[in-house]
Amino acid sequence: MTAEEWQIVWFTAWVSALSTLVIVPFGLGVAWLLARHDWFGKSVVETAITLPLVMPPVATGLILLKMFGRRGAIGGFLHDSLGLDIVFTWRGVLISLGVMSFPLLVRSARVAFEQVNQRFEQIARTLGAGNWRVFLTITLPLAFRGIMAGVMLAFARALGEFGATIMVAGNIPGRTSTLSLSIFQSVQLGQDAHAYRLLGISVALAFIAVWGSECLLRRAKP
Amino acid sequence: MQNQTHRKAERNQLDGLRPPACDLPRLLAGVGFAISLLSGVSPSHAADLTVFAAASLTESLRTIAAQYQRETGDKPAFNFGASSFLARQIEAGAPADIFFSADEDKMDALDRKGLILKETRTSRLSNSLVIVIASDSLLVIHSPKDLAGSEVKRVALADPKTVPAGIYSRVYLEKHKLWPLVEPKVVPTDNVRAALAAVESGNVEAGMVYKTDAAISKKIKVAYEIEDNPDISYSMAVLKDSREPAAARKFLDYLNSEAAGKVFEHYGFIVKGKPGGGSPASGHSGGSAR
Repeated sequence: MTAEEWQIVWFTAWVSALSTLVIVPFGLGVAWLLARHDWFGKSVVETAITLPLVMPPVATGLILLKMFGRRGAIGGFLHDSLGLDIVFTWRGVLISLGVMSFPLLVRSARVAFEQVNQRFEQIARTLGAGNWRVFLTITLPLAFRGIMAGVMLAFARALGEFGATIMVAGNIPGRTSTLSLSIFQSVQLGQDAHAYRLLGISVALAFIAVWGSECLLRRAKP
Repeated sequence: MQNQTHRKAERNQLDGLRPPACDLPRLLAGVGFAISLLSGVSPSHAADLTVFAAASLTESLRTIAAQYQRETGDKPAFNFGASSFLARQIEAGAPADIFFSADEDKMDALDRKGLILKETRTSRLSNSLVIVIASDSLLVIHSPKDLAGSEVKRVALADPKTVPAGIYSRVYLEKHKLWPLVEPKVVPTDNVRAALAAVESGNVEAGMVYKTDAAISKKIKVAYEIEDNPDISYSMAVLKDSREPAAARKFLDYLNSEAAGKVFEHYGFIVKGKPGGGSPASGHSGGSAR
């Protein structure tokens, strides 16, 4: 294992972790809204959120590329006013991973929230607890197992993301090269030994992520 | 019900007695044969050829193939991409008849593995490099040194480690001692057309592509034409495991012909052994800064 390979592993791990962390507040918020409320256009929102799960990842990546490129709606604003670039940088990787793993988090969290007995929440209200207190002390703890499963799923998805990432961030060695991108490139270059080493690490990382989530879920059993 | 069964039995008995002209399958085959004769395609064998070719050859080869199909009926189908990637696919057993690479190294590698028919190998084409910027860019590039300047934050190149266009660009920059300054800014792309697309999108300030690539794009302009190019040489050969070696040789001969040479020149390629070079197809390299 060379220093370069460790750099790739480290980069993949921390950018996946960060992207998962970033989408948690949004994911939980959306999941809670979908679970608890009905409103006009709700089905459209539901469908839009599920799209990255069903669309080909490169198609999602293309949309992100257009939105976050220097000439795009969001990317143009960021570039012109803040000098910030998204495409071809680690921020592009972050956004790709976040978008692709978002639906998984929302779906799991939504189911978890729906399974929380709302009577407990109502009882807490009658005892004087405000909305946030109810959410943090009643809803969240009761939905914890499902939410953790969603978080772990999102993290695992982010670890393995390829299609959207290569569109938005390219495969720049040392800057945007993730594990899956590196495996692809190694095979292209005929560096099979390198590819197999990275493959082994992917398996190990995935194993740890899934096993860890199983442990967490077992411990959180009510 | 019984009447129906009787009639069915009758029909079955009569089947063998039907006159040949009413025999539908034979009729269709006969009509098909007649049509194929009329269309000039020999009913015996129109070969389907698979050509793995460098991305920069996309338009020119498609034009040549259309002409070739009209003349001979053989149908070349193409897999365009980075020559390095295509060579890998061939090594892994991809079913190709002809390999048309943007440099000699990739062909040498296949030759060493015994995957080409050596006697069919020819090197007819050359190309030149240009520095391109987006057509609405305000950047001014007087010389390649400007690539090292602070205004250029990102430079798109086809992967300088493996893809011919990127390798040629790197060799050129190394020769001019600019590589250490440009390398940190490089955004490596899968092939030369992806580098072109990156410049078109505005997400990089500049890129280095072939002159022929710049000619086909309206969304970029040539900022600088490189004069002292490294030795760019395209190589083509029939592959040993080709399933249509005769048809492949025939097409390769056509690619080496005058007619094909004219098409290549039209798109801006340099046909070796002829005086001068071609002019780009569309005159969009006008206004290049010198």
